[in-house]
Amino acid sequence: MIKVRKPGIETTVQDLGRIGYYSIGVPPSGAMDKYSYNIGNMLVGNVPNTASLEATYIGPELEFLDSTIISITGAECIPKINGQPVSMWQALAVKASDVLSFGLLKKGARIYIAVRGGIDVPIKMGSRSTYITCGIGGFEGRSLKKGDVLKVSNMVENKVKTEIEIPETLHLDFTDIHTIRTIPGLCNYRITRASHDNFFSTEWTVTPDANRMGYRFRGIKLDFVPREQPFGAGSDPSNVTDLGYPIGSIQIPAGIEPIALLNDAVTGGGYATIGTIISTDLNKMGQIKSNEKVKFQIVTLEQALIARKEIKEKLFRVSEFLKENVYTGV
Amino acid sequence: MKTQSSGIRYEYGGDEFIFVELSEEMSLDALFKGLVITQTLKKRGLTGIIDICSANASFMIRFDPDLIHPDELISELITIEKNIEGTDHIQINSRLIEVPVLFDDPWTKEALMRFRKNHQDPNATDLEYATRINGFKTKEEFINHFTSYPFIVSMLGFVPGLPFYFQLVDKEKQIEVPKYVTPRTFTPARAVGFGGAFGSIYPVDGAGGYQLLGIVAPEILDIKQRLPSFEDSMVFFRQNDIMQFRAINMEEYEEIRERVKRGTYQYKMTEISYSLKEIMEDYEGFANKVIRRLYND
Repeated sequence: MIKVRKPGIETTVQDLGRIGYYSIGVPPSGAMDKYSYNIGNMLVGNVPNTASLEATYIGPELEFLDSTIISITGAECIPKINGQPVSMWQALAVKASDVLSFGLLKKGARIYIAVRGGIDVPIKMGSRSTYITCGIGGFEGRSLKKGDVLKVSNMVENKVKTEIEIPETLHLDFTDIHTIRTIPGLCNYRITRASHDNFFSTEWTVTPDANRMGYRFRGIKLDFVPREQPFGAGSDPSNVTDLGYPIGSIQIPAGIEPIALLNDAVTGGGYATIGTIISTDLNKMGQIKSNEKVKFQIVTLEQALIARKEIKEKLFRVSEFLKENVYTGV
Repeated sequence: MKTQSSGIRYEYGGDEFIFVELSEEMSLDALFKGLVITQTLKKRGLTGIIDICSANASFMIRFDPDLIHPDELISELITIEKNIEGTDHIQINSRLIEVPVLFDDPWTKEALMRFRKNHQDPNATDLEYATRINGFKTKEEFINHFTSYPFIVSMLGFVPGLPFYFQLVDKEKQIEVPKYVTPRTFTPARAVGFGGAFGSIYPVDGAGGYQLLGIVAPEILDIKQRLPSFEDSMVFFRQNDIMQFRAINMEEYEEIRERVKRGTYQYKMTEISYSLKEIMEDYEGFANKVIRRLYND
């Protein structure tokens, strides 16, 4: 069991998400940066889709009540066990009464803490992920509080060796201006050609409204192609007849402050959407902080599919590396 | 990205979604076409389909591109669409549900008054504003219109279980209101909203941009599935449900809330079968059929 001594800003239980309920308005939730989340689980030998903790901006302080193996991945930070700095991107042995704490984040926004066996919370609609808006899943449907005691499950499939860090080339890599690959479309016909071009050349600033539901961006005002609004849409030029929003789609309410819709976002509504962030770059979005800069880059579907393959390949390399390092060494 | 000669737009929503817009404007024809296409696709049981989300005049498919290429899916959808021989006669079997609503209630009024800044009509309530711009003389006339014709649940989404519904009445008689200029950050749970030509009920407290008209007495979402109407699903409404609103007073509202608390409230509902042709040829007749089915049969 794990006792929460300090919860951080928002620490939630997450897995790969609640898949297949989008049509009744249930967003997938799940780890925002699935790359780091997946590696976290691999490091401690868990079966895929085992629940981990996702901490935003400030890591929690956790006391382990039993000895176990953990890993820290995601945002660049200095995790400490009993005050002593430990490395990220490797399996770490902890003993009963050891305390894990965190310094300030250096780069990135979300830390993943995987525990051997996984966090044990009830499965709700196929997932252990927390969806705070409706209190579905996770630990009592909410983010962790001081004094919570988490149970640990036994969803283990591999032996692991501690203190072996995966190669740096397989860590997350952070840039100063985040380039987010996007496939234009959906309702982009509503935006004027000039505004459409400007959207993809502007350096956007992430506003303080950036969370698991979505990120809002400040930059330029976008203009809509004039039209007589179709019946049912509503009178604002940015209004469309209410439709579904793909995960990662970017809506432009009133032409100002575009909003990228992420894991816990609304699943539909009536604002024109300009395009959709490709699935692999949603991981990158999850590591962007307020006030950082983002540029959206146009890519084709084929490029998006290649990016998918690349990230799978990277995860495969991590698993191969870990296999080689289980039984060898000292 | 392809636009068909029929005017239907097929679009990639990133690498995991296909978005299909059947019509830019809302129409029952577009709604039914979407229903037929999505139901046909569901029956085909293709590998890699994750979610089929039918909406008002569009639909969206989530898929796993490692299992099915989106272009293959688009060709499948185009084939299905080409083979539809009109939607008029398709018989839909669904549920007819009475929805008791307290219009002009103190909770939504309190909430909407907090967001008068930037509202289209800061000196009126949303109900007064909707009444005026739709050409009704009094709130009572507006409410009477709202409760005289049934609605069809055309889409679920936004948050879990939120129904979007569209009134089954001549286009000239359709209520239309703009969405808020700046969305609210608070809406009380069970509030009845209206935006564009759609009504909605907010299942939980939260943000929202529709004009607020009243509050529904029973729950529409029950995460823990304690209430009798939620045994099968935590979400009450389903696409194609026919809703008949009934205006209630505060006394009945409180009485229903009490029954919800005790876990004994059950929606008044029955089965109904209908076709697009039947509705569009005679809206009055369909409204009468609904009332008969609900209260006389």
